[in-house]
Amino acid sequence: MSTTGKVLVSQLRNVARSRWILGYGLLLALLTWLLLQFGGSGERALLSLLNVVLLLLPLVSVVFGTLYVYNAREFIEMLLAQPVSRGALYTGLFGGLVLPLGGAFLIGVGTPLLLLAHGGRDFAGQAVMLLSVGLLLTLVFTAFSLCVAVLIEDRARGLGAALFVWLLTTLVYDGMILLVTTTFDHYPLEGPLLVLVFLNPVDLGRVLLLLSFDVSALMGYTGAVYERFFRGSGGSVLAFLMLGLCAAIPFFLGLRWFRRKDF
Amino acid sequence: MTPSRVRISGLCKRFGRLEVLRGVDIEITPGRITAVVGPNAAGKTTLIKTILGMVQPDRGTIEVDEVVVGRDPTYRKTIGYMPQSARFPEYLSGREILGLVGGLRDRSTGLDEELIAQFGLDRHLDKPIRTLSGGTRQKLNAAVAFLFRAALIILDEPTAGLDPVAAGILKDKVLRAPSEGATVLLTSHIMSEIEELAQDLVFLVEGSVVYQGPVESLLEQSGESRLERAIAAILVGATP
Repeated sequence: MSTTGKVLVSQLRNVARSRWILGYGLLLALLTWLLLQFGGSGERALLSLLNVVLLLLPLVSVVFGTLYVYNAREFIEMLLAQPVSRGALYTGLFGGLVLPLGGAFLIGVGTPLLLLAHGGRDFAGQAVMLLSVGLLLTLVFTAFSLCVAVLIEDRARGLGAALFVWLLTTLVYDGMILLVTTTFDHYPLEGPLLVLVFLNPVDLGRVLLLLSFDVSALMGYTGAVYERFFRGSGGSVLAFLMLGLCAAIPFFLGLRWFRRKDF
Repeated sequence: MTPSRVRISGLCKRFGRLEVLRGVDIEITPGRITAVVGPNAAGKTTLIKTILGMVQPDRGTIEVDEVVVGRDPTYRKTIGYMPQSARFPEYLSGREILGLVGGLRDRSTGLDEELIAQFGLDRHLDKPIRTLSGGTRQKLNAAVAFLFRAALIILDEPTAGLDPVAAGILKDKVLRAPSEGATVLLTSHIMSEIEELAQDLVFLVEGSVVYQGPVESLLEQSGESRLERAIAAILVGATP
């Protein structure tokens, strides 16, 4: 096994025992079950799950990731004294976070959907879309958490920064977009808005999901513009690529800082 | 194992405004026990961490057996390290840690489990680290450093936190290390311990080397019979 693999396996053991992940998976399963039971048909339950995916998932990924890296300080220092390169250690850390977080999400949301939901024709495709966007957002926010924890030495400040990243991407950014649209409402804004949406992984996920749920009418005229863009010219592919990039940029930035860090 | 040779030249490191190492040149002789001494904040731990690549120097080079310490981690295959306080992942058990570290290292030389036996660690190895006492962790910490018959063994304040019996066992192990093919580099505040263990001395004050060489020559130079006095004499002389 490669060095990264060995680091990964031991870290998975460590994470699995912290019980946090189990609680997270159970919470997601409970939420999905409740929504399916009381939230109407499969499609409507999915639409409610969308908010869970867009708000809860980034929050848990970025906070859990940040705290985990601070708690793994001992583990990191122990391994740095061994013949392990920093790159392998960093990749192992990332994998050791993404696999349990992504796994808990897939199993927690996927199992009730598979067992209980009976939706229409499009349901399966929509469920797959929801799960893929969720997984990508987990990647993105775990990468953010590594960046934060590598760059900021102090645990309390690091946690603050992690929460700030979450607030910025889920709430503040949308507030800013709203401000832009109301200020410049005399101008055609569809183009600039499309660009703005592409710069924020959470918005990107939201647009992708809303469009696949066929509720783009909710977004009015802008929705129609998105609809044309994402359906027509391979826009969803571009959106998925962009989400991947949103994970890759913080991942490599964090790696760069990790290589230079003093322990 | 052939004991390692360590050459450090022109090593500088600053943390923000604080200059921790100011052009340190040290040559550590293979097969001997060298102690790094100095007042608090003299840069002892930073020096050790740069040898391990955990801290990256601003200037200067470190060679371990002719290999310049850089990004390639392979040179650490032959280094055993015991940090100041045991740093282990809390949820893993001692056995898992030994397995993990063992999996990352070259085990062709066979394992040295003498310390595990002498400390009686066997019955603690299956408990999670977080349930172990500070002393037991420190014993595990020492056992890991010696486990792989390293050619260079680095100990940062090795007996801190150990009871007298365990400290005695560890000191005997350190004294045997050169004949088992290892160079030993250790730091300590306890002068009697250094007199007992060290053959060579590196004396750091505020990030500069003020003395390096055999312990006896230092005693001769200063005309004192006790190391503590000799070092105090240098300190008084070195302080402006």
